[in-house]
Amino acid sequence: MLSTFLAVLRRDLLLAWRGRADVLVTLAFFIIVVCLFPFGVGAEPNLLRAIAPGVLWVAALLACLLSLHRLFAQDHVDGTLEQLLLSSESAVLWVGAKVLAFWLSTGLPVVAVAPALALLLDLEQGGLPVLVLSLTLGTPTLALLGAVGAALTLGLRGGGMLLALLVLPLFVPVLIFGAGAVEAELSGTGAAAHLLLLGGGLAGALALAPWACAAALRISTE
Amino acid sequence: MTPSDRGRSLFRFAAPQVFYPLAGRLAPWFAALAAVLTLAGLWLGFFVAPTDATQGEVYRVIFIHVPAAWMSMFIYLIMAFWAAVGLVMNTRLSFIMSQALAPTGAMFCFVALWTGALWGKPTWGAYWVWDARLTSQLLLLFLYLGFIALTRAIEDPRRADRAGAIIALVGAVNVPIIYFSVQWWNTLHQGASVSLTKAPSMATTMLAGMLVMALAAWAYTIAVVLWRVRPMILERERHTEWVGALLDQESTERGGRA
Amino acid sequence: MLEVQDLACLKGDRLLFRDLAFRLQAGDLLRVAGPNGVGKTSLLRLVTGLAMPEAGEVRWQGESIRRVREAFHGELLYLGHLAALNDLLTPLENLRFATSAVGDAVDEEACMQALVRIGLGNQLDLPARVLSAGQRRRVGLARLFLSAGRRLWVLDEPFTALDVHAVADLAATLSDHCAAGGMVMLTTHQDAPFARPPAVLDVGAFAC
Repeated sequence: MLSTFLAVLRRDLLLAWRGRADVLVTLAFFIIVVCLFPFGVGAEPNLLRAIAPGVLWVAALLACLLSLHRLFAQDHVDGTLEQLLLSSESAVLWVGAKVLAFWLSTGLPVVAVAPALALLLDLEQGGLPVLVLSLTLGTPTLALLGAVGAALTLGLRGGGMLLALLVLPLFVPVLIFGAGAVEAELSGTGAAAHLLLLGGGLAGALALAPWACAAALRISTE
Repeated sequence: MTPSDRGRSLFRFAAPQVFYPLAGRLAPWFAALAAVLTLAGLWLGFFVAPTDATQGEVYRVIFIHVPAAWMSMFIYLIMAFWAAVGLVMNTRLSFIMSQALAPTGAMFCFVALWTGALWGKPTWGAYWVWDARLTSQLLLLFLYLGFIALTRAIEDPRRADRAGAIIALVGAVNVPIIYFSVQWWNTLHQGASVSLTKAPSMATTMLAGMLVMALAAWAYTIAVVLWRVRPMILERERHTEWVGALLDQESTERGGRA
Repeated sequence: MLEVQDLACLKGDRLLFRDLAFRLQAGDLLRVAGPNGVGKTSLLRLVTGLAMPEAGEVRWQGESIRRVREAFHGELLYLGHLAALNDLLTPLENLRFATSAVGDAVDEEACMQALVRIGLGNQLDLPARVLSAGQRRRVGLARLFLSAGRRLWVLDEPFTALDVHAVADLAATLSDHCAAGGMVMLTTHQDAPFARPPAVLDVGAFAC
């Protein structure tokens, strides 16, 4: 049963490595979006410090959104998706493997560079662990929810904008609790509640999203 | 009667060729009901209900705002319900219902936002404040727009039906989470002043006006959906024999009259 | 056994065919024929369960494939129009993934032999994007040598872009599979030297 999961995971990671330019573009996008804010709102350190958690989270969310269309597009075009849907293993497994590989190749690098960018915005050092933790819990949820949207918009004209319209409202709770966690930590009220809710959201998304995503893929390849 | 016969008779009205004429007969009645209830509700709201002690006359916009906000949420739930029925039972009419409901839901959502802004300007001093309920309403509008855009973007009707159903269900699961998170994010807002558990804090006539308007919104929704469903059924079923016969019959009637 | 009853196929808003029925038993080789656009590929996709019929049912061992999906897919090999090749992977990596993704435990050695047998011995380590159309086709077809355990083979135009020698080899492989109790269902525009002439299903006869 695990063999399908591992085969898909290994292949997608290998593909991410061979096409690593895409990953770097996502990362560059994340960095540039964050760097745009001081130009837009001014370089006043107090202001930047105040908006830092929100800016980092919104940028991470957009970076995730922009790379989501890659999740199934190539497999859809070349017919791999058909073959996966004909696997005798449960589709939930390999959908999970694809999302995991996607997160490891896009979400994890974003999480890794976020602390460095936080220093650019002069976020207090005490908030960094919570920032990393909230992104680690939140971005997989974004990937799982986004996978459903990516599956539904597969092969459609203007699919990218449509995908954004479909999933952005669903991303709002993650954004609220993610950015809120950092702010709560910095304001001294503690981030435990936010992080627990993010963790709960991740568990819920893990339970439901692969299932919805598999159903969506069957519909989209019909 | 075998179980499958019984099943068939239970779902008789789910058959498009049965529902099509039924919808045509029922729609005018609901439209008339909606008109009467709207007039009654507006009369109650604008002439009978007393002026609010603190907010003055401005508050009267709630007779439109609150029923519209209720309706926009109800419609999303009903939409998700039909989507689930469609996915489970594979009945085409259910998908058509959920797609016919969406524009009305979005419209009520928009009306609720618009009237909320009109009420907000004199009350809060700004057309828009990031109040939890307004914000949730805005996100609900985005969910509606996403559903409509997705079902319109897919050309194959069967894929459009089923893809729309999935996003409607995903949205329905997320609506409570979105509401909760937005409340958490902004707890500064008026508490719900109409609730079933505690005694209403408003005058009885105000409540009556609001309930009548809510019923009017229901009747309006049903009428509009019935009207919207009919051409959708014809379009989907145009390769079937009954639609061909119906269209022939209508064209000969029209020819006879001319 | 594969049994198809009263099948109707809707594409967009056009009914392609209806009341289509046939039966495939161990050892049968069925050629799906008919003019272009009549729904041959659609029929194959309905049989695999990738698409849903407008009416009717596909049965495997007497049960609807909706109900026994996993068991049915464990016995099915489908090679469609698309070769399921990723351009960034080598033919060997592609083949290994294709077999392990559908749950077949095939080792690297067997994959390599299959590729050598189908004439790709010199391209084992090249990325798939440099392969010609015929070579891409063959990577997919190499799965036939590794899928003897799957009883039902559904092949969409397997002979396209193959040379005469490869066509003969492929036809022999398909005949062998049938002789061993397998079932093959395929569409093709060209004649192939099968051991036994295949049964023909003319989809045009059921067109609307």
